Formats: sequence, structure tokens, C-alpha cells
Amino acid sequence: MSKPTPPLPRWADIVLLPLINLLAALVLCGLVIFAIGENPFAALKVMINGAFVYQGALGYTLFYTTSFIFTGLAVAIAFHARLFNIGAEGQASLGGLGATLVAFAMAPIPGIIALPLAIGSAALFGAAWGIVPGYLQAKRGSHIVITTIMFNFIAAALLVWLLAGMMLEPGQFSPQSSLLPEQTWLPKIHEMLGWIGLKTTATPLNASFLIALCACLFFWVLVWRSRLGYEIRTVGQNQEAAHYSGINVARVIIITMAISGAFAGLMAINQIQGVSHKLILGFTAGYGFTGIAVALMGRNHPVGIFLAALLFGALVQGGTELDFEFTVITREMVLLIQGMIILFSGALAYMFNPPLARLLARIFGTKEDANA
Amino acid sequence: MTYALELKDVSKSFGLVHANKDIDLAVSPGSIHGIIGENGAGKSTLMNIIYGMHRADKGTISFNGQQVDVRSSADAIEHGIGMVHQHFMLVPTFSVLENVMLGSEGGLTLSEGRATALERLTHLSTTYNLEVDPHALVSDLNVGQRQRVEIIKALKGGAKVLILDEPTGVLTPQEADQLFEILKVLRDDGVSVLLITHKLTEIMDITDTVSIMRQGEMVGHRKTSETSPQDLAELMVGREVLLEVTRTPATPAEVRFSAKNLGYTNSQGVVELEDINFEVRAGEILGVAGVSGNGQTQLMETLAGMLPLTTGVINILGTEVTSADATSPRIIRDLGVGHIPEDRHTHGLILDFEARENMILGFHDSELAGSGKLFDYSAIQQNCEDKMAHFDVRPSNPRLSAKNFSGGNQQKIVIAREFSANPGVLLVGQPTRGVDVGAIEFIHKQLLELRDAGCAILLVSVELDEVMSLADRIMVLCDGQNVGIIDAEKADRSTLGLMMAGQKAEAAT
Ligand SMILES: Nc1ncnc2c1ncn2[C@@H]1O[C@H](COP(=O)(O)OP(=O)(O)OP(=O)(O)O)[C@@H](O)[C@H]1O
Ligand SMILES: [Mg+2]
Repeated sequence: MSKPTPPLPRWADIVLLPLINLLAALVLCGLVIFAIGENPFAALKVMINGAFVYQGALGYTLFYTTSFIFTGLAVAIAFHARLFNIGAEGQASLGGLGATLVAFAMAPIPGIIALPLAIGSAALFGAAWGIVPGYLQAKRGSHIVITTIMFNFIAAALLVWLLAGMMLEPGQFSPQSSLLPEQTWLPKIHEMLGWIGLKTTATPLNASFLIALCACLFFWVLVWRSRLGYEIRTVGQNQEAAHYSGINVARVIIITMAISGAFAGLMAINQIQGVSHKLILGFTAGYGFTGIAVALMGRNHPVGIFLAALLFGALVQGGTELDFEFTVITREMVLLIQGMIILFSGALAYMFNPPLARLLARIFGTKEDANA
Repeated sequence: MTYALELKDVSKSFGLVHANKDIDLAVSPGSIHGIIGENGAGKSTLMNIIYGMHRADKGTISFNGQQVDVRSSADAIEHGIGMVHQHFMLVPTFSVLENVMLGSEGGLTLSEGRATALERLTHLSTTYNLEVDPHALVSDLNVGQRQRVEIIKALKGGAKVLILDEPTGVLTPQEADQLFEILKVLRDDGVSVLLITHKLTEIMDITDTVSIMRQGEMVGHRKTSETSPQDLAELMVGREVLLEVTRTPATPAEVRFSAKNLGYTNSQGVVELEDINFEVRAGEILGVAGVSGNGQTQLMETLAGMLPLTTGVINILGTEVTSADATSPRIIRDLGVGHIPEDRHTHGLILDFEARENMILGFHDSELAGSGKLFDYSAIQQNCEDKMAHFDVRPSNPRLSAKNFSGGNQQKIVIAREFSANPGVLLVGQPTRGVDVGAIEFIHKQLLELRDAGCAILLVSVELDEVMSLADRIMVLCDGQNVGIIDAEKADRSTLGLMMAGQKAEAAT
């Protein structure tokens, strides 16, 4: 027991601390870039331009953001029940499979029915892939971290088997399916803007971005306004008290994992129904894992998750640009920057908490103190 | 004379709550000094200030006449202060020795620190009768033994002032007596003991001086020999207090709640309850007495549906529940059973939730949380405000997290919630643990009112006095078995004592 740390005011916890973490990561990256002989400020400028300013940049950024929102929400909802879902990657893969299978089955059916069904199927397949580890945790006590990791491998293997086998497009040599029926494609945002007469650059940004925003709202209502959300939070805080109060803890764990899996599964619609229009091996691109960082940085709150997803989207998009413009800065360098940000805002999220809290307490003379 | 500890003008606020206002306190060396006060009066806060866990907004602290600035508990320990908290702070998977070593592990390897700690530990336990096996795992110790480990930890740095925050709340009367013997030895050795308790008899029995707090202020200091429990209670509450409720005879009606041949065997195959039979009628209180650890907890939890029955039948308002049925707390609650759990921190409350969210724990599916599909926070707020007002929960702030209420007010939140649901059957475990005399009076009155309104109440308490003053009939448990049920009129301490040791009622009377 050392010095008591005063708690951070809420605004500082939500806004200031993440910004400081981000800054720290950027400073460190800047030093690395400087060390390899490039100007860190020039690099930063390219990153920002690449992510937001260049023509179509924002569309690309928001396209990645969409995927991160879904996986971030997936990790966050599980976390409200104190479940560490590492399996968003596998659940997203299954979501892709679900969307693809239903889309093919819907070949003769009009889009108005086929499209939502394919989307729902992505969510459903993802949910199913979340339910199994949830069930094993709830009824058998198998640790969710272990099972969800195993399920990532199973999902990956399943997709390889299908895409290299019965789902492989005839005449193709890379593991991917044939094109989905067109009416199951999600409209692009630039197309949608075109319907109302606005001309914008074509980007991969598609209607799933709007679905992601709805998902954020749904998440908020679910967690803080619904009876189920109360049960989820109660189970997350204290399982014994939840049991005492009549909540069926096992049921809540399973349902939470289903919802979590469904969010993760929806990430697939952005990639598959939105852009590639076919199931491609490895389309999840590790975004399921990035979701963990997004949820951590976003403090498991939809607004925070949106902002964190935007940041990671900008990193991916801006990073690609960096790779283009500087010869010494390679893809690996970009990964380093991402890693640094994950490190500071995820793993070391609270490193600056005590000094910041003390500083603020000194400035504002807060009287509140930690309940030691 | 120089005091071992002297506070002048100490104040502390948490936001709008003025937890301590201009507190003066002086403790002589080699004395036992009691601190009493209602729940939320600011006792724990004051102790935490002395121990460096909170920082006072203003005021001074002196040890042995020297003014010091206590900025952390490390500072406090250096100045010779030791503290045993209201809730234990031990690592259960560590041995006693390892727990004692924490914070003074020594150099690179543990061997040196281990040797010195072992030496200190043996020294302390022989001088102060703090018997405990240094190599036992803390998780294997009972509550009394754990507390001894806490005391050894507090004393290991050579503490001259020892603070004990409600040490007897979790102890059986026998364990409490042993603790007091230890405190007397410490006092005779020149240690000043600061003892917080809600039990006035303990204050009268063991302290030399006593200070009384009310709503953040020090309202008096007394020599124990010159005061009385009644006097102290009035100072604390600011009005006259009935230390014992006047109980009108019960008018029991139909049987509402009964158990036949109830048994519970735990997952390790240990029989924890065997052949329990009882009936509780509407309008009566059946008390359950027994030395703690004789099956009371299991009895409450099986009846509440938290543990599965192994054998037997429970009849709740005409509905039978047997071991074949998958019971759950939900099913039992829906039959009209309320439950005040023995341990509010593990079961009764979600410490990180706001008070208003705790006020609907177990009722979040009901109207209390709003009539629509979604939560209606204005209804939730209103519900909490009403109950806080009726049960005098302080501070009456529905948005405060449960963990920021004082121990007794946390209990009032649980009681408010369960009482207000108007249960047909009520299971009550240790309702007044850690609760001040004024609140005890209130809770007891409420329990009797509920009884008179026709509720069937099963009351478990390790406080024999509480059971004797509230129950109409008393069931005694020993070793998971029902030793007998006797009328409260016929029960006296010695009869119950013999029964608690396992002698059948007929033989005992
Ligand atoms: N960290 C905190 N934040 C806000 N309020 C607090 C905090 N800690 C204590 N309080 C408030 O300060 C007051 C004094 O609390 P304290 O715990 O000192 O009471 P107490 O005398 O120990 O009561 P009890 O006998 O019930 O343990 C209470 O009103 C409590 O709600
Ligand atoms: Mg206290």
C-alpha cells in the first residue's frame, strides 16, 4: 500500500487519458521513424492525409472502421459479463460462411428478402460459434479464453477445407468462392449518395457502416437500458450475487456469447457482402484481435468503441499510404505503429493514470479520494 | 502528559458528504479506547485518515506529542500505527508466514525475509497469545484465526497504536472473548488500542475510555467506568434508544413455510444438513440458533434455492419443492420468499453498482424497473428514493455506488429492498451484523411489524440475544442437525447453550 491515488474525474478518464496514451505511442513511433532516418512529422502528415484528406481516403478509413466497430462491440459485450472473448476472429469467419451460404441459396430470390436474410445469417452463424464456448464455460467450466482461441483454429481449418474443396470456384486456384448473387450485395455509400444526387469518390465504404452505427446504438440500449443488459452487468460484477438475485447465470453467459458472436459475425458483411462479394480465405485479416484493443481503448462503451475503431481504421488506411510514400517505411513499420498504439492504449492503458490523477488533483484541488 | 495519538480539528469531505468535521481525539498510551457511532458517522473514515489511506482536508495528527504528516500507510506504519480493516486483506492462497512477510520481503531471495518474519511471528504469537500455525494456508483458517494473522501483520512493524475496525462483527462470541484477552495483553504491554464496535456491551467490558461520533462530529468522550450503555446509545443517536425491543406475543396462523427431512450434501460428499424438520406459521418468527458453522449458512441457502436440496421437501405457501425439482433462487423468489443474505458483500449487493441499481437486484424484471420493456430510470430512481427515505439510508443518494456507503447503510439497502417486496415468507440471515444500535432498533421493529402483518419469518443469527429477543420459537442447529425446537419463553442462555453443544431439548430442559 503506497500513496493513495485519487480517482480520475470521468471526463479525464474517458477523454484525456486515451489521448495521452495515444500521444505517448506516437512520440515513441516518431523516435523510431527518426532513428531510421525519416522525418517523423512528414510521416505523420502523410498518415493523416492518407487517412482523412486525400480523395476517397475517408471512405477507406470508415470502411475499416466499420469492421473494427463490429469486432470491438463483440469483445466489449462479452467483457460486460467479464468474459474474455478472444474468438471474434473465428466468429467473424463463420459469419462470412453464413452470409455466403445463404446468399447462394437465395440466388433466385429478390434482394429485399435475400439481403437481410444473408445479413441475419452472418449474425446467426457468428452467434452459433460464440454459443458453444459460452455453453462450455457456463455448464462445464471450460475457460472461455482457451475455448475461443481453439474455436478460432477450428473456424480457420473449416474455411480452408470448404474453400479448397466444395466451395472452391471451379477453375480457380486461390481459395475463394465464386461471386455471390448480385442482389445480396450491400450498396456502397457513394452509390447511395448518388441516389440522392450527390457525386462522391468511389470507395469500399458500404451500407454496413450504417448497420455498424445502429449496432452501437443497440449496444448502448442493450447494456444500460434493457433488463437483459442489467443481468449481463450483474453477472459480470458478481456471479454469486447474480445467482442470489434469481438470475440464471449460465443462461446469461450463453446469451452474452451469442450476442458477442453475432456482432463479430456481422463484421463479415462489411468485407463480403460489401466489397469482395465472395468468401475469401483469411478475409478477417486479424480484425477480430484488433477488436480487443478497440474495446479496451473504447472502455467498452459504444462511443469510445466508435472513436477507437476510427483511430484504428485511420491507422490501417494511413499506414498503407505511408508504405507507398516512403521507401524506408515498410508495411512492417506500419504494423509497429499499430502495435505501439495497442500497447499503450490497451496493455498499458492505466500507466499514466496515477501521475495524471495526482496532477489533476493538484490543479483542481479535488477532494475526492480513492476508497482504499 | 503526552498522548500516544492526538488529533486536532481533523476534517474530511467526500464531495458533498462531510464525513469528518473538526474531530479532536486523544488516546493515552497503554489504553483501550473505544469509538462508537451510528452507521456512516465517519468512524472508518477517521481511522483511514490516521492510517494514511485518506488524507484529511485539514487538521493535525500527532504521535507521542510530535506532529506528523501521514501521507501513506507506509508513513503510518513507520510512525508505529497498525490497522486491522473492517474487511480482511489477506491472500488466501498464501501461508500465514507469507502473508506476514508481505511488504517486507527483504533482499533478492526470500530466505532472509522469511527467517526474520518467522522470528517476529513466533515472538509476537508467544508474547500476545496470538496462536496460529505459521505454515498453514490462510484459506484453511477460520475467521478468528485469520483475524489473528491480521493483528500479527499490524503489529510486526512494532506498532504502538493498533486500530481495529469492527473486529468482532464477524466473530462468534467465543472468538470475540479470545480477541479481548489478546487486546488486554497488548494494553498491558503499552500498546494503545483503538477499537470500533457497534456492541455496547463490548465497549463496557473492555475499553478504558470511549469517544462517541455522530454525523461526522465528535459528540463526546467518556471514561468507560463513568458511563452506561443507555447513556452511550443516546449520545450516538441523539435520542433515547430502546436497547431491547418490546415484543408482543405472536398470533400465529396457518403454516406457510415448512421443511420435511431436509438434507444437503456438498460436492465433496460431506453431509452438511441432515433431517431438518420445521414449520413456520404466518405471523411468527422461527429463530435459528447455533454456533456459527453448524449448518446455518447451508440451511438458508438451500431454503433460498441457492443450493440444491439433497433430500426432503420444502413447502412454500402450499407449493412443494423437492430434491427432484430443479430449484433456483428465481423459482423460490417467485413463490413469494424474500431473502436477506448473511453476507451482503458477496450476495446482497453489487458493490460497483449505484444504490438505485442495487435496490432492484432480484426485482429487475418487475414493475420497480419500469413498466415497459426497457428500464425506466425515473421509476428506478423514485423507487430508490422512497425506500431510502423509509428505511433512513444515509446518505440518501441513489446515484452513489454501494461500495461508498458505510457498512450499516449497505445493510439497510438490502433490508429496504427485501422488506418492501412484502414477502409471504422471509429468510433473514444476520440482519444486524455491523449495524448501529439505532438501526438495530429500527430493523427489529420492522421485522416484528412484518411478522404482525402475517409474514412467516425464519431468522438466523449468531447473536443469541437477537434470536432470543425476536423469535417466538427457537430451533437449534448442531453439526447440521436439528437438536430441537423450543418456545422462546422457555429458552434461556444455559438451555440454548447446552442444545448448541448437541444435547437434545428434552434432556436439556
Ligand atoms: N469514497 C467515498 N466516497 C463517497 N462517500 C464516502 C466514501 N467513503 C465514505 N463515504 C461516506 O462517508 C460517510 C462516513 O463513512 P464511514 O465508512 O466512515 O462510516 P462508519 O462510521 O465507518 O460507518 P459503519 O459503522 O456503517 O461502518 C458515509 O456517509 C459514507 O457514505
Ligand atoms: Mg465503518
